[in-house]
Amino acid sequence: MNSLETIPVNAEVATGNVEPLLHEIRHALKRLAEGDEGTTIDLRGLPLAPGEEERIEAALGQGEVLAELHALGPTLVQETSYPGVWLITHRNSDNAVVARMIEVTRMPEILMSQREDILRGINKLESELQE
Amino acid sequence: MRKDQTLGEYLQAQGVSRRGFLKFCSATASLMALPPSAVAQVAEALASARRPSVIWLSFQECTGCTESLTRSHAPTVESLIFNAISLDYHHTLQAAAGYGAEAARKAAMEENAGKYLLVVDGSIPRDHPYFSTIAGISNLDMLTETAANAAAVIAVGTCAAFGGIPHAAPNPTGAVSVSDIIKDKPIIKVSGCPPIPVVITGVLAQYLTFGAIPELDEHGRPAAFFGQNIHDRCYRRPFYERGKFAETFDDEGARKGWCLYKLGCKGPTTYNACATLKWNEGVSFPIQSGHGCIGCSEPDFWDKGGFYNPISAGNWGSREALLGAAAAGAALGIGSAIAARRRQKKAQETTI
Repeated sequence: MNSLETIPVNAEVATGNVEPLLHEIRHALKRLAEGDEGTTIDLRGLPLAPGEEERIEAALGQGEVLAELHALGPTLVQETSYPGVWLITHRNSDNAVVARMIEVTRMPEILMSQREDILRGINKLESELQE
Repeated sequence: MRKDQTLGEYLQAQGVSRRGFLKFCSATASLMALPPSAVAQVAEALASARRPSVIWLSFQECTGCTESLTRSHAPTVESLIFNAISLDYHHTLQAAAGYGAEAARKAAMEENAGKYLLVVDGSIPRDHPYFSTIAGISNLDMLTETAANAAAVIAVGTCAAFGGIPHAAPNPTGAVSVSDIIKDKPIIKVSGCPPIPVVITGVLAQYLTFGAIPELDEHGRPAAFFGQNIHDRCYRRPFYERGKFAETFDDEGARKGWCLYKLGCKGPTTYNACATLKWNEGVSFPIQSGHGCIGCSEPDFWDKGGFYNPISAGNWGSREALLGAAAAGAALGIGSAIAARRRQKKAQETTI
């Protein structure tokens, strides 16, 4: 064998969990629209075959918002092509995925400025202005 | 991290923002198999959590369990949690040696009497006290002495949990598990050869967060991680249900990723989180890499009839039990995900 690509493995497998998950998201979106109730789905809790996470991602598509946070490693927050459905990927500083969530909400909390950080910012600005 | 600091203070001192802390809590809740809605409670509990003293004893073992835990590259969530404990004794990792090391263990036991967490990897030889010693102290004596004032014991790895490979026939040292000796302390068993690192840190995070023992299964393992068998969570499960099996490791079935049951996969009788948490930071797990599960997190896995013999040909439970499990499993499909949610909900109810 010259390379890994020559090994004849062609695993086309599926758990069948992708479509039910999309239905779960559809139900969650209705709850959000009708009662402003948010839902979070932890993708690590689902049995998924190799390639199925990518299929979920492809099915959801890319929407209007793409944000990147830098806190304990990068976090990518993307609104999917379905407004209100967000895909959040937390990575550590080695760029390894530590958690992956689908949030059905108007705005993921992780994007909002946190009160503690705002207070710290006030202190910093005040001390800089005193100098 | 100073001993008097809370985890929240420690992370703040490291320049971690509240947003970063929330991210840490999201990953920790996921690590503990808690529902995402529990993040707020995790954040509140972790912010005020104080650093517990941990004494780690290694007996008849191969150091694979410690390797499993420490191979994750810093600063992962696992390493942050690991930093949040005060590891006062671990003879593989500590700089101190000889009398200094033993003095550190005694000091930690005295300073934290009744409050420290005892982690044990490796089995304990019972046939002769000097089959395995540390600083001239037999494993049996060191375990009983150190467990006496521990708040709880975590038996890490199948050797500590069930006796493991040293316990395999003919068991030349009379190896036994921690729970064969310690009867008066809460014991959490984190089995696996080795255990998945995030399961070890998940249990530590659980203790750090809630200061409580998680819900355990019939073998004393945390139900959040060991509550379902690998078969029910395996992505190759649909092939099992359609009767499509690999017969050899290089046939058409193997190349197409069919079920490995006939090649000896022990997934149907093995309870662990490999199929969802996976290994090497989520890259893969044995079945995904083309080899059946060897059942390493189960009691007596080494003596159950050969890794390459189908379960039906070995000693992995009665035919009736297996058929029952298969029938129950067949009804799962996506239901396994629903069951996982239910399990997460139950875990939340029992821990928060």
